[in-house]
Amino acid sequence: MDRKTIFTELKKVLAPYTENKEMLDGISEETDLIRDLKINSANLVDIIIDAESQYNIEIDFDSAEKMYKVGSCIDVIIDKMNQSA
Amino acid sequence: MYNDILTYLPYKSSFLFIDNISALDMNGVTGDYTLRKDAFFYEDHFVNNPVTPGVIITEIMAQIGLVVLGIHLIISGNRKAGVTMDGGSFPLLTATDVSFFKMVLPGEKVIVTSKKQYFRFGKLKCLIEMHNGAAELVAKGIFSGIIKNAVIKK
Repeated sequence: MDRKTIFTELKKVLAPYTENKEMLDGISEETDLIRDLKINSANLVDIIIDAESQYNIEIDFDSAEKMYKVGSCIDVIIDKMNQSA
Repeated sequence: MYNDILTYLPYKSSFLFIDNISALDMNGVTGDYTLRKDAFFYEDHFVNNPVTPGVIITEIMAQIGLVVLGIHLIISGNRKAGVTMDGGSFPLLTATDVSFFKMVLPGEKVIVTSKKQYFRFGKLKCLIEMHNGAAELVAKGIFSGIIKNAVIKK
C-alpha cells in the first residue's frame, strides 16, 4: 500500500475527531493534528486505535509518541505494516 | 470490600461522590453513593424544588466509573499502559456523552456500573450506567479520561 492511499484513508479516520471539517480538504503531510486540526489530544488515542484496526497493526508507546503530524502517522503505519508483513 | 481504593482519590467532603465500591477488577467497577439531603447544590437547584443537577450525576458516574477504575488499573501496574501515579497526579475528564432517563432527588441512593472499553496510552474509556434504588436506569453514557501528570514508564 502506498503513501498516497494511506494519506487518503487517514483523512477518513481523522474526520470524526476534527472540529473544523473544512480544514481536512487542505491537509498535507506537515499538518499538525492538535495545532492545525484542533483535535482533542486525548482523541489521538482513538485515532491510533482506529488506525490499528484499519491496518491490522499494533502501535507501541514509542511509535504513538511520534504520531502528531499527518506525515509521521503515515510513517508509523507503513513501518508497522512492514514489520507484520 | 474494595474501599481501600478510596484513599487514593484526590477529592474532599463536598465534592467526593462515592460511598462504597462493591466490585472492582481490571475490566470494570460497581459502586454507590447516597445523595446528601444537605448537599450545597440543592438550595439553589432549584429554589424550593431540589433536584440533583445533571452535572452532579455526571460527576458521580465519572468518579466511580472512570476515576476509581483508572486508579485501580494504574496502581495494579498495568505495564501495557506505560504509566504510573505520584503525588502530583490527578484525573481529568476528556469527553462524555450522557443521556439522562430519570430525576434523582435528595436522599436517593444511586448505583454506578462501569465497563472498560479500553485503557491505552494512559487514556481510559468506559460505558457507564447509573441506576436508582428501584433498579431503574437513571443515566447512561460513554466517558473518557486521563490521569494528568501521570509518570511515564519507559
